Amino acid sequence: MTRVRALGAALQGAGTVFLLLALTFAAIAVVNPGFFEAPSVMAFLKQAAPLVVLAAGQYFVVVSGNFDLSVGALVGAQVVIAARLIDGVESRTVPVMLVMLAFGIGVGLVNGLITTVLKVQSFITTLGMLLVLYGAIRLWTGGAPTGDLSEAFRTPGRLGITGVPLIGQIPWALLIMLAVGAGAILLMRTRFGRILIASGDNELAARLSGARVDAVRTAAFVLSGISATIAGVLIGGFAGVSAQVGEGLEFTVITAVVLGGVALGGGRGTALAAMAGALAIEALFTLFNQMALPATLRPAVQGAIIIAAVAYAARRRLRPAPQPTAAPS
Amino acid sequence: MQTTRLALAAAAALGLLLATGCTTDTPTEPADDATTEGSSDEWFVQAEYDAQLAQRDIAPEGDPATPWLQAIEPEWVDTGEFTREGGDATVCFSNASVSNPWRVTGWITMQEQVKVLQEAGEIGEFRTSDAGDDDDQQISDIQAFVDSGECDALIISPSTTATLTPAVETACASGIPVIVFDRGVNTDCATTFIHPIGGYAYGADAAEFLVENLEPGSKVLALRILPGVDVLEHRWAAAQQIFGDSELEVLGDEFTGGDAAEIKNIVTQYLQRGDVDGIWMDAGDGAVAAVEAFEDAGKPYPVMAGEDELSFLRKWDETGMTAIAPVYSNFQWRTPVLAATMILRGEQVPAEWILPQEPITEADLDDYLARNADMPSLHYAKFGGEDLPGFPDAWRDR
Amino acid sequence: MTAFAPRRLSTTALIHLALAAVLAVGGAAVALDGGNLFATANLVDMLTRTSLTGFLAIGMTLVILCRSLDLSVGYVAALSSLVAATTMDGQAANVPLAVALVLLVSGLVGAANGAIVAFLKVNPFIATLGTGLILKGYLDTEYQGPAGDVPAVFQQFGYTRIAFVPVSALVMLAVAAAAIGFLRSTRTGHHMYAVGGDVDVARMSGIRTTRVLLTAHVLCGMCAGLAGLLLAARFGTGSAEAYTNLYELDAIAAVVLGGTLLLGGKGGVAGTVAGVAILAVLDSVFNVMQIDPFAKDVLRGAVIIAAVALYARRQLDRTARRPRFAATPRRPS
Repeated sequence: MTRVRALGAALQGAGTVFLLLALTFAAIAVVNPGFFEAPSVMAFLKQAAPLVVLAAGQYFVVVSGNFDLSVGALVGAQVVIAARLIDGVESRTVPVMLVMLAFGIGVGLVNGLITTVLKVQSFITTLGMLLVLYGAIRLWTGGAPTGDLSEAFRTPGRLGITGVPLIGQIPWALLIMLAVGAGAILLMRTRFGRILIASGDNELAARLSGARVDAVRTAAFVLSGISATIAGVLIGGFAGVSAQVGEGLEFTVITAVVLGGVALGGGRGTALAAMAGALAIEALFTLFNQMALPATLRPAVQGAIIIAAVAYAARRRLRPAPQPTAAPS
Repeated sequence: MQTTRLALAAAAALGLLLATGCTTDTPTEPADDATTEGSSDEWFVQAEYDAQLAQRDIAPEGDPATPWLQAIEPEWVDTGEFTREGGDATVCFSNASVSNPWRVTGWITMQEQVKVLQEAGEIGEFRTSDAGDDDDQQISDIQAFVDSGECDALIISPSTTATLTPAVETACASGIPVIVFDRGVNTDCATTFIHPIGGYAYGADAAEFLVENLEPGSKVLALRILPGVDVLEHRWAAAQQIFGDSELEVLGDEFTGGDAAEIKNIVTQYLQRGDVDGIWMDAGDGAVAAVEAFEDAGKPYPVMAGEDELSFLRKWDETGMTAIAPVYSNFQWRTPVLAATMILRGEQVPAEWILPQEPITEADLDDYLARNADMPSLHYAKFGGEDLPGFPDAWRDR
Repeated sequence: MTAFAPRRLSTTALIHLALAAVLAVGGAAVALDGGNLFATANLVDMLTRTSLTGFLAIGMTLVILCRSLDLSVGYVAALSSLVAATTMDGQAANVPLAVALVLLVSGLVGAANGAIVAFLKVNPFIATLGTGLILKGYLDTEYQGPAGDVPAVFQQFGYTRIAFVPVSALVMLAVAAAAIGFLRSTRTGHHMYAVGGDVDVARMSGIRTTRVLLTAHVLCGMCAGLAGLLLAARFGTGSAEAYTNLYELDAIAAVVLGGTLLLGGKGGVAGTVAGVAILAVLDSVFNVMQIDPFAKDVLRGAVIIAAVALYARRQLDRTARRPRFAATPRRPS
């Protein structure tokens, strides 16, 4: 019974994000009807893919009751690591990607263990990790990235399957995004997913019912580290190396997840809605660009819309839930 | 109970402090007329703009082989009062930050120059502090250097012009020679202020190139890093002047944070809405991403103004596009330490040391690429450190 | 908040011990390096560094105690520096008006934050991130650079010191003392702990939780306003760019270092001041020892995590000794 109600609440919270997404796309259509031609939609999805992938990773951490503020720095670190280790040599692409994956898993594991075993609040764990990664990666490269990415490394983020009828090019990034999204949704349907939500919803109850709360929470951080690695491959592939890559992504992605109706503090929300939140944010940025809104004003409009959307979702959630008996079984 | 005890302790401590004496570090000379100019909301100053544009055509004094020692129309000042016998001077450097590749490159050059001067016995200890782009932090850093009383000369690379003014004045008042470089401050109390011609000249070099190389009616997109930083605002202010007088259409000006992904995304969206014929950038970070956006959209290359960052120069060479690389002379990082030793020897230095600032054009592209062939892609071509003993390893294997 | 177990140190005492340890280790490290951490210049430097983060962290403590958060303080401080500098406009006579206006504006932003959190039920992380973005947009659009002019009299606030103690640090300590008094001896202060502990229980026991939350946010905003006044005094002008320094994260780190739980309900301002001091001592030590700026970030991050891990360990031990809550399940009355 409670699950039915929880599901209802989750959907209600999530409804806001799909509404926002629809409104934003409608506004874009009004401003620029040409946007909805296949190539530009594909370009939009390609560029939105990294944030969506990050949102999936962040969702696991948030729904289990934690934060991961280190993802922006991790994305930046991964791109810099890739450039330095590959150094333009094609044959190193795959081995370096494996190194990156190991690094991402390692960072996630450290975040998770510090949070669960040492009982440091995740906000502080990952804030500390942000500082450590930011400093360490610059210490390693002497302040600015060195080396070059290979063509093969750039393929997933930059290229796609060409010559598709009607659409033209299907970006690899889109396919990767869909795969990650499907994986996240499927994972949440397993026992692991249920324990994850339970440990965010009511830790004590989850523990008493024998769930290994610490293990799933650590796993969530590892998943976030993996998603940051994939996002790093996509962003590095999309635009190459720059010193600023990844900066500030942590706040954007947490905003995206919350916009998707996922409650900070855990226990509520779906992976699909979290990823929709990321799409909504990217759509908003696109809308601002299409409207040629003065660049300095954009943060203000963005802030107001986010507050309004989350407040609207909260209101809907606070309304008395329908009687369980009235709910269709 | 605990509150009262706390209050008593506080009162006692306060009394003790009052008894031991009260000091103030406020700058002695009140900055009245100086601050008003900097605090104006308008970034464009006609006289300064005209002066900088004119300075581009003035031949600098000094040997062209060592541009970091050249000066445009110098007004030499006597520094005899700072003469110091015996060498091994302690030189202190308050750095705004090393938060971008331009500053990283310059910082390496400065350190290599210091090593040479240390071996020559002119500089003993070289103390540095890094404020991480935080103005308040840098004020503290400067104060700490002044209070330590151990600096024979103080070099300052201010984080923000107006806000660092009081701190620099305090440093001047302490009686040691103060050398300011890169961004300035609203006071001329420093012994010398070292900088390339400036932001207006940079922005104008870029904008004029676009005007000359594009048909009237062509569309230009301006990519900027962030608002509110004077050296960057001056670049854009100059460009607006020149675009305003031309028949080019400016599609928009966008802030990118210097993030390649953001740049590529923005340019891609503009290309989706229509053609873009030219790109103007206020700094070259991420210029390659802008070029790639054209490649990925299958559009012809734009006429482009980037910067002398090698990634851009290499892309330019590879694609054969029509481009220019305006330069905010990175070799200026060598000058302050050299100036410090000159001042401590009692030699004259220019009160305002204006270094040459010449863009890299098609004609000298190959030369700069060859000279920097071993350098990483986020290195700046006009770094001016080729003759230092640490070259090339210090910049390459950092 | 008083520790009843006599042989165990209270968390605040532990943090002050940690501060002493950091001072001792830092002093020793600097001495090995051939310097003196306790030279006047370094003491002034350390204390100056505490003032700015101190103001922000005191306010932040209040909201965190209520299980809220304020990520907009950096923007409020930047806005306040501009309001102060433009209102003063170089005239000493305008100083009182400017200070009043700054406190009003910053208090209003705090009130807006509080209202969004308390009435609209928006998570504080998002609410204050949002108001921060709104302020950023306003600042970027309205002020293209530094503006206003602070008269020499008011610059004293940023530069005068009594022996080696800067006036700004004294003002910060006075505000801290006031906040400690507020939390210990006023009803609203006590209620903050209750609201942070369990908002439902607090509401059921008759506390007007929204009003408490609102008060905390207003006070936090006003503390950020004080930080902005200090910035204006130090800069001699107002600067929108000040928001780029992520002061809010520094403040939160200091609060948590000071032993206040991010989940609310536990902690206090005395600990926060020690937390601020620990960060300032670290920065000074790094500075004196000329640590590479990037290594500084790594060390800072590691120290923050390690310190909080230490506190957490202790708190765990303590809860383990208490009778378990699980043994007597709470029942709604």
